[in-house]
Amino acid sequence: MNTPPTGTQTETDQDPPDIWTLRLYVAGQTPKSITAFGNLKRICEEHLQGRYQIEVIDLLEHPQLARGDQILAIPTLVRRLPEPVRKIIGDLSNTERVLIGLDLLPRASARSATDVN
Amino acid sequence: MNPEKPLLPKSPTGIQGLDEITGGGLPTGRPTLVCGDAGCGKTLLAMEFLVRGATRFNEPGVFMAFEETGAELAQNVASLGFDLDALIAAGRLVVDYVYIERSEIEETGEFDLEGLFVRLGYAIDSIGARRVVLDTVETLFAGLPNPLILRAELRRLFRWLKDRGVTAIITGERGAGSLTRQGLEEYVSDCVIVLDHRVKDLISTRRLRVVKYRGSTHGTNEYPFVIDSDGIAVLPITSLGLGHSASTERVSSGIPRLDAMLAGAGFYRGSSILVSGTAGTGKTSLAGHFAAAACGRGERVLFFAFEESPSQIVRNLGSVGIDLAPWVAKGLLRFLAARPTVAGLELHLTTMHKAILEFRPHIVIIDPLNSFISAGNEIEVKAMLLRLLDFLKMSQITGFFTKLTAGGSALEHTDAAISSLIDSWLVLLAIESGGERNRAFSILKSRGMAHSNQTREFLLTAQGVELRDVYVGPGGVLTGSARLTQEAQDAAAQLARRHEIAHGQRELEHRRATLEAQIASLRNEFAIQEADTLAAVERHQAREAQLDQERADMAASRKADAPGTDGGQS
Repeated sequence: MNTPPTGTQTETDQDPPDIWTLRLYVAGQTPKSITAFGNLKRICEEHLQGRYQIEVIDLLEHPQLARGDQILAIPTLVRRLPEPVRKIIGDLSNTERVLIGLDLLPRASARSATDVN
Repeated sequence: MNPEKPLLPKSPTGIQGLDEITGGGLPTGRPTLVCGDAGCGKTLLAMEFLVRGATRFNEPGVFMAFEETGAELAQNVASLGFDLDALIAAGRLVVDYVYIERSEIEETGEFDLEGLFVRLGYAIDSIGARRVVLDTVETLFAGLPNPLILRAELRRLFRWLKDRGVTAIITGERGAGSLTRQGLEEYVSDCVIVLDHRVKDLISTRRLRVVKYRGSTHGTNEYPFVIDSDGIAVLPITSLGLGHSASTERVSSGIPRLDAMLAGAGFYRGSSILVSGTAGTGKTSLAGHFAAAACGRGERVLFFAFEESPSQIVRNLGSVGIDLAPWVAKGLLRFLAARPTVAGLELHLTTMHKAILEFRPHIVIIDPLNSFISAGNEIEVKAMLLRLLDFLKMSQITGFFTKLTAGGSALEHTDAAISSLIDSWLVLLAIESGGERNRAFSILKSRGMAHSNQTREFLLTAQGVELRDVYVGPGGVLTGSARLTQEAQDAAAQLARRHEIAHGQRELEHRRATLEAQIASLRNEFAIQEADTLAAVERHQAREAQLDQERADMAASRKADAPGTDGGQS
């Protein structure tokens, strides 16, 4: 189930780090944040099984982090590792876009995906 | 804060002039939209609003910057004397730079801007902020996808700001056909201020207009404003500041005859003096006299020259016997020369303001004023002069201005715009007659003194300005050679008249002498006759007595019987 995408991923990222550090910023348990977390979990399981760490930050509890990490939109997913840092906003329902944003899909297909949209 | 009953609570901005126009400031607890083109001063206005709030009105503020980082902002406003770092350290200000880079953001579904709300809310709570600035929130549209969501979120943001009760400024870039590119004016409808940076005849002027102010009256005009070392100043603080005290001290004009015409003592200190006249009537010379006299009293004079260079003025005035060079060397007289077209009015005003504050002069001379009229329209110039005059009066500085009247136009015409600002107005005019141009001088008005109503002839001699009485006679007012000729004729006629009178008197004297001589001779004659007559009478009496004696003797000798027979003889 997870073999073919993992293969794609190893091809795009020549030297993948051992662990992916992902942060999901939410503001309270809103439907959007729950959806986002569910989507993230699913995508990671499919593409980064065993190689990822998800940290959920509730800005209502840690409002100072919004400034520190330059968060505006909610939900925002930040790929902290591997470098460079990537930011993905929205509820992560568009899987293809998420993969592109995480560099799990080559950018070239991103263009075509956008065009289709 | 308002003396009158405030229908709508207002938060003073602390920006000179803006609070007057808006009748007390921006609406408290509501967002205000400040929009304008790039570089027109939106960020500065917003920042001054926060800084004044934090320093003067005890209202801490949050500046959310979408375009500049905190360090950049601090640098940019340091020139206005705002120390952001100190305010931040003191917990009076929060500057939050929002970094958005479109290329780094991937949109993957529904989102909202709750992060921004959390962030802003946290910043507000951290210092108890009463004021908020969002500069420029429209950057979000460039940085984030999905304008539909953004619009909805912005609407929510403005409502949220209102609910929080913070007084907010939202800046927006001017768009084509609308006030802002994204139509923010639809959401922020309580107060809208438009800034403008317009170039007219190659000279730029900043202007401010309150387009809308819900629930309040406001000045609706376009007001020029300047950005100087004290921040923003909106220009027409018209007659609001008529609280300056009036000095009764007099300052000499440097020309004794002129002082005499000004009720004997010269101008009032702190008054504004205008000298108007056509080209070459001696306006600058009057200014030179005034300056030299002030320096002679040990006062400082600041001379703004807008037509001649300082050395040219010194040389030219030297030719009429006014030596300014020693005063310049002593540091009592300072020249500042610039072409009026070198900058907009606002900048001129700023420069002059600064120079006056630095030099602290007793007297300020501007030669000539109307150079500015070429630099801006009359209304703007008036507004600028008004501000300058107010400033001078507040500081008890005497202002001396010259003004070139265009040939052919009525003397008072172009000056009408500023005449109400002027306390003493001297008029120089050229009288052309008999193949000569001569200068005449009169005082059009001089507030608060019984000034002379006479026209004087104005002479530029090697010893300076000299005022002479003009010849007023049946032939009209005569000046120059005509006056001299007329005076010579008058003198000749007078001499002739004197001769005539003397002659008449001599003749009379002569006749009296003659008459008296005649009287004397007649008296003599009479006396002689009188004496003769008396002598004759005496003789006759003596003779008669003698005859009587002889008769008596005769009778005695004839032994006449009675003396009574005397009659028998006859």
